[in-house]
Amino acid sequence: MAGTETAPAGGRRTEGDLAGLEAGLDALDSVQVKRTPLRQVLLHKVLPPVTAALLVLVVWKILVLAHVTDDYKLPDPSAVWGGLRELWLNGTLLDIVWTSVSRGLLGFLAALAIGTPLGLLVARVPLVRAALGPILSGLQSLPSVAWVPAAVIWLGITDAAMYAVILLGAVPSIANGLVSGIDQVPPLYLRAGRTMGATGARGARHVLLPAALPGYIAGLKQGWAFSWRSLMAAELIASSPDLGLGLGQYLENARTDSDMPGVLLGILLILFVGIAIDLIVFSPLERRVLRTRGLAVR
Amino acid sequence: MAPALSTDTPQPFHPADGTSATAVLDEGIPAAVRIDHVHKSYGRPGAERPVLDDITLDVRPGEFVCLLGASGCGKSTLLNLVAGLDRPSAGTIEVPGGRPALMFQEHALFPWLTAGRNIELALRLRGVPRAARREEAERLLELVRLGGSYGKRVHELSGGMRQRVALARALAQDSRVLLMDEPFAALDAITRDVLHHELTRIWERTRLSVVFVTHNVREAVRLGERVVLLSSRPGRVVREWEVDIPQPRRIEDAAVADLSVEITEELRGEIRRHGRN
Repeated sequence: MAGTETAPAGGRRTEGDLAGLEAGLDALDSVQVKRTPLRQVLLHKVLPPVTAALLVLVVWKILVLAHVTDDYKLPDPSAVWGGLRELWLNGTLLDIVWTSVSRGLLGFLAALAIGTPLGLLVARVPLVRAALGPILSGLQSLPSVAWVPAAVIWLGITDAAMYAVILLGAVPSIANGLVSGIDQVPPLYLRAGRTMGATGARGARHVLLPAALPGYIAGLKQGWAFSWRSLMAAELIASSPDLGLGLGQYLENARTDSDMPGVLLGILLILFVGIAIDLIVFSPLERRVLRTRGLAVR
Repeated sequence: MAPALSTDTPQPFHPADGTSATAVLDEGIPAAVRIDHVHKSYGRPGAERPVLDDITLDVRPGEFVCLLGASGCGKSTLLNLVAGLDRPSAGTIEVPGGRPALMFQEHALFPWLTAGRNIELALRLRGVPRAARREEAERLLELVRLGGSYGKRVHELSGGMRQRVALARALAQDSRVLLMDEPFAALDAITRDVLHHELTRIWERTRLSVVFVTHNVREAVRLGERVVLLSSRPGRVVREWEVDIPQPRRIEDAAVADLSVEITEELRGEIRRHGRN
């Protein structure tokens, strides 16, 4: 039956005309997706934060040179640098960082394994949502450092106590992220899925979960931040020589020794690790998901 | 070229619930869609708001029917009922050829999949084996003249291209009935014109039964073999027109314009009625 539309009378447009018109429309209206060149990325994304960090360093140095306060309260930046060099040279730097990072990541993975099914349940089962929804949101605003005393009494000063604190901090935000991701799925996608036969488990797998992914990843990102914060709080408070030296203990040791360069170094290392994990793991993941959906601006 | 889509025998689809025997038209041919004394109201019992009132409509196999009406005539509600997304308050709906495909005003393509993958998902949900999916998806894209767009992301496509991919995805369901809910309403006039042509071409090729909902009189006359005018609040069938202008029509054809004027008059009368009471 193809070809019946080829026009009989004059003045009718032919198939060729139409194909040309269509091709023209397609070309005019399509969005060209371009990648930003590396130079521009460096100029607009890397340069500003580096400049800001350098400015902070300069102000710090000026304050030291102006003797605004005693040396033991505000040490010279070079003293902090010296502390870092010393840790590196005696080979303990990577050990300290790895002790904390491995705990943090392991705890985060456990939180992921618990928070994801929990979030699904809360999002999809009304009774569970009514019961647990408010508790989960409430837990998110409870600083997880508040759990440290309880965890220590229950579990002693052990690794288990550390993980308990991480879980209590990270599980609610991962679950909440998934819940809000699912809540924000446009109903149109679900209707389209249902007309194609994607109902029940198939609907969850092919429509609901992929559609909820951006919210879920935002939850993961926040979940990591909570894991890391909780862990540092736990390490600071519940430090014991048996546990191995993590960043929190290092910081606490520096405080008991009144070693201000060590304290500042500890703070900077904790900050650095938090930023690094976000930059290496979560931001690329988030950008990738948003970009394939045409949601990322850059 | 006939579409090589059928892989399995379609199961009768009863959107409402299990109902009586297969619908049969007066002439003895089974109807593609049979809507029988359907009522639909929303709201609490006692304070119901009727949306559809006693709609009876049969769609012949291979027929292109346009449902026309102003806002509030329940056009979309009726399509949702036929698609099985909602249940009628009374009456029955039968679609003997299996679950109908549905196209929306928004393309409703999944942004996490490429154009080709969107089509493949419909194939997969229909039970097409993995090995055959890619080729079938390419063939359907070819059919809507988007060959080579397999790997394109939804946001990289123009509005008209998105609706064509959505059409290909609907065709991938291999349903004998295609429901379309104002699918071109958000497009500019030239793109819409091109898509009218594409839809007519594909319909002539596949001989699907199409139920096309619109508020655009000219569009209804341009596309349909039959135009059904619905009243508003509640929706009732007011009048039907058989459109015997041969395809290919153009929206600016004199015959299309003449019939549109007549139908528009009737539609305006319906709308005016609401201003009086």
